[in-house]
Amino acid sequence: MGIEEKLPSGILLTSVEKLSNWARKSSFWGATFGLACCAIEMMAAGGPHYDLGRWGMEVFRASPRQADLMIVAGRVSQKMAPVVRQIYDQMPEPRSVISMGVCASSGGMFNNYAIVQGVDHIIPVDVYLPGCPPRPEMLIDAILKMREKVMIAPLGPNGRKMLDQRKADGKMPLVAAGAMPSSYRADPARRAQWEQAVREGREEQLRIENWMKAQNHLRDGGA
Amino acid sequence: MGVMDPFKGFGVTFSHMFRKVITTDYPFKPPVSAPRYHGRHILNRHPDGLEKCIGCELCAWACPADAIFVEGGDNTDEERFSPGERYAKNYQINYARCIFCGLCIEACPTRSLTMSNEYELARDNRQDLIFTKEQLLAPLLEGMSKPPHAMFLGETEKDYYLGALENPGTSAGAERAPLSDVDVLGSPA
Repeated sequence: MGIEEKLPSGILLTSVEKLSNWARKSSFWGATFGLACCAIEMMAAGGPHYDLGRWGMEVFRASPRQADLMIVAGRVSQKMAPVVRQIYDQMPEPRSVISMGVCASSGGMFNNYAIVQGVDHIIPVDVYLPGCPPRPEMLIDAILKMREKVMIAPLGPNGRKMLDQRKADGKMPLVAAGAMPSSYRADPARRAQWEQAVREGREEQLRIENWMKAQNHLRDGGA
Repeated sequence: MGVMDPFKGFGVTFSHMFRKVITTDYPFKPPVSAPRYHGRHILNRHPDGLEKCIGCELCAWACPADAIFVEGGDNTDEERFSPGERYAKNYQINYARCIFCGLCIEACPTRSLTMSNEYELARDNRQDLIFTKEQLLAPLLEGMSKPPHAMFLGETEKDYYLGALENPGTSAGAERAPLSDVDVLGSPA
């Protein structure tokens, strides 16, 4: 990279950065990397009922060299760990990793000698997705959250430093990228609710409250 | 091989154009999950706002993934968080471990811990996946006040637990919705 390294962060390339991030997020190609039961849900998410093709990522590439997203779907055994690392190393930059399911995120219920206690011991992870296995909606939610994160990612070799600088300058949005549930982000009314709740620091209470309101058998005091 | 066979074959494919689309419109119209779908947990409250959790740690013992951490504390008459002797001073559920099996809610003796159907839990770091007591507790509804405070429903645990059985409508948290005729999306129910 050339001139943008010499300039203060984010002067020259802001629009190019947006364009490049948009292009990047609009068509993620995943590496085929199912390790266990989560892979079944990942396949379901790619099928017509959930249809990842709506976000341009219904193809799962068999070659890591053509993939820019790795969905680690399932528990990673100690024996599989070097393979995971190698596939990650073979992917071209910029690349992202979703750790799908509790086993990949932290080892889950397999707290034993055979399982790596979280795939982030081996490779950097962008989004952790809990659930055992997560339903396809949860995977789509995680992917949408990762797309948000990609949209704010600065361009260039000093990306991380620039991001930290922006955080220090307070130029980040009120709701951090990847913190709002996708169904809230998609609906303007609920989105406003969530933003208000973030200001009050009660977003999890809002979630419970809205869930309770949606339960027909609980309405009017459960009468 | 007849001359018409390719047309027949393509005809089958083409007829799919007129079928109903089965794709769910997920982030825009989230599907209604089954009523007993195992989602994130809720720590419920009594109708006066006191916490139902008594800090017994049975949920933590039942958990096959060791995802729950409970630290009990003693209630005093000056500082009371739950009816009875004990309350949960510290309560955490690690969603990076939780497998949503529901053994914890089966183990809960006071129906303090229940599950909602919320599933959008993905975060970008492991720290945010550990839900603390503040995040898990049900919101305060009308008529509830924030603990610590005295027992408003009666002096004994019987007034709380048995009264709730006679009149389940007064029990709070996951068992009672805010009195509202407006549903979540803002349109009248």
